[in-house]
Amino acid sequence: MNIRHFPMTREISLLVLVYLYVPVVVLVGYSFNANRTATVWSHASLDWYARILANPSIQSAAKNSLVLALCAATAATVIALLAALATARAFPSRDGVEAVLKMPLILPEIVVAVATLMLFVALGVQLGLGAMILAHTAFCIPFAYLPIRARIEGLNQGYGEAAQDLYANRFRSFRRVTLPLLWPGIMAGFTLAFVTSLDDFLTSFFLSGPGTTTLPVYIFSSIKAGITPEINAISTVMLVISVLLVSLSFFLGRLRR
Amino acid sequence: MTGSPALRRLGLLTPALVTIAVLVGVPLTLLFWISLLQKGGSSGVDWASVPSLANYIRLVWEEDFDGTMILNTSYLVILLRSILQAAVTTGLSLLFGLPVALWMAGLSRGQRDLMLLLITIPFWTNLLVRNYAWLIILREDGWFSQMVDFISPVGPIQLLYNDLAVVIGLTYSFLPFMILPLYAVFEKFDWRLLEAAHDLGAPRSRAIRRVLIPIAMPGIAAGSLLVFIPCLGAFVTPALLGGGKTLMLGNIIQMQFGASRNWPFGATLAVVLLSLMLIAMVTMAIWRNRRVR
Repeated sequence: MNIRHFPMTREISLLVLVYLYVPVVVLVGYSFNANRTATVWSHASLDWYARILANPSIQSAAKNSLVLALCAATAATVIALLAALATARAFPSRDGVEAVLKMPLILPEIVVAVATLMLFVALGVQLGLGAMILAHTAFCIPFAYLPIRARIEGLNQGYGEAAQDLYANRFRSFRRVTLPLLWPGIMAGFTLAFVTSLDDFLTSFFLSGPGTTTLPVYIFSSIKAGITPEINAISTVMLVISVLLVSLSFFLGRLRR
Repeated sequence: MTGSPALRRLGLLTPALVTIAVLVGVPLTLLFWISLLQKGGSSGVDWASVPSLANYIRLVWEEDFDGTMILNTSYLVILLRSILQAAVTTGLSLLFGLPVALWMAGLSRGQRDLMLLLITIPFWTNLLVRNYAWLIILREDGWFSQMVDFISPVGPIQLLYNDLAVVIGLTYSFLPFMILPLYAVFEKFDWRLLEAAHDLGAPRSRAIRRVLIPIAMPGIAAGSLLVFIPCLGAFVTPALLGGGKTLMLGNIIQMQFGASRNWPFGATLAVVLLSLMLIAMVTMAIWRNRRVR
């Protein structure tokens, strides 16, 4: 008997895959359902997609979500890249610095969200898009940092030094040698930060203020008001965007060095 | 070429450290301070109030009309329920995550990568959307509910808006956090150790118990924390699948910032959540150290 073979693990694994994917499939399926009562199937249609495209509040929520994710992910990626360049070489307090950088991953989001809300109100920062961009930047940093750090880890430090030996100054060697080599890691980090910001609900829920909603906040308030086929359609759109972007990031992370 | 390496490093780290200090460190400090204050008029906090532990006392005791303190268990019940729900979810995740991680470790390289992607994708998709999908499935007029009602011997069963629905949703949300650290351990595991134990006469079950499980412990500990902590602070899952009937800590924190508008008490509840998180982390660290020795 092969000791590496564990009975039932295959069956349980397949069951877990079914558990993970059936809800997604059901949701996507219902989004193509023509019937008004979100759970009774009549026939396939794209009506609800046409309807969400024409809905002005969804349009503005989608615009807010995109602007927010773009700004927060860009800021987080630049900040994370600088930090990753610093932590590439060992120094005494490196573990401590990395623990601080990963802090937003460990802390319960609701705690940081309400704490930030109170800070902004105390300082008189107006709630809305600007406030959300600031808060999202903070929690996107570790998501951008980890792929960049992984890329640097596998990089030969010698390339940059060789460029400098060949009389490139530090900036030039960074721009022409290090940056192109890091590029897949930077893009993977940016993509993950972008998805994280785009999908975030809790922080935006507390900081959105009156008038500016994001797509997840819009979806939540719609669900609370009653389940409609439109929600199925927007949810499906959000799912597809996340899956595409994450697959892209996965692929970028595996690019040959 | 300017400045010492240490200075340059500090320059590169400054943006990240300042951002996190200002947007995470400062807010958390303020949170502790506000938890000691009293609620105010329009802004939610009375900044001039004298700091006291009144909010923490309110968690357990309530002042009666005539001024005597009486025990109020409503917050304790929610607190206990949150811990229990998180513990049950962690247990279920381990129960299902362990076989999956073991199976994945035995696959060929290509199949492993595919499984890894399949396990990771739900983690990156919108948490709200994933819980909403369960809301559709468990609804009374959904096909799943009707199927359950059909085979149920005791008549129609309410699937939604109870503790079970919340546990299903929580497990669904955080199962990947258990599978990935376990897989990381099994992937590096030297299977010859298990074979050696077996060859030396240990029955299979004993070899697994005495060799495989101890080596998997760091993965089990990491996975359990990664599931337990976000479960404690869950808001979306109980809000959608608990339907206001089975509240968790996250929901009552949100209420203080919404309808109840009592920010200092909300801050107190958030501090309680942070403390529970710390207790869980410290307990796990102590327990792991004991096992190593």
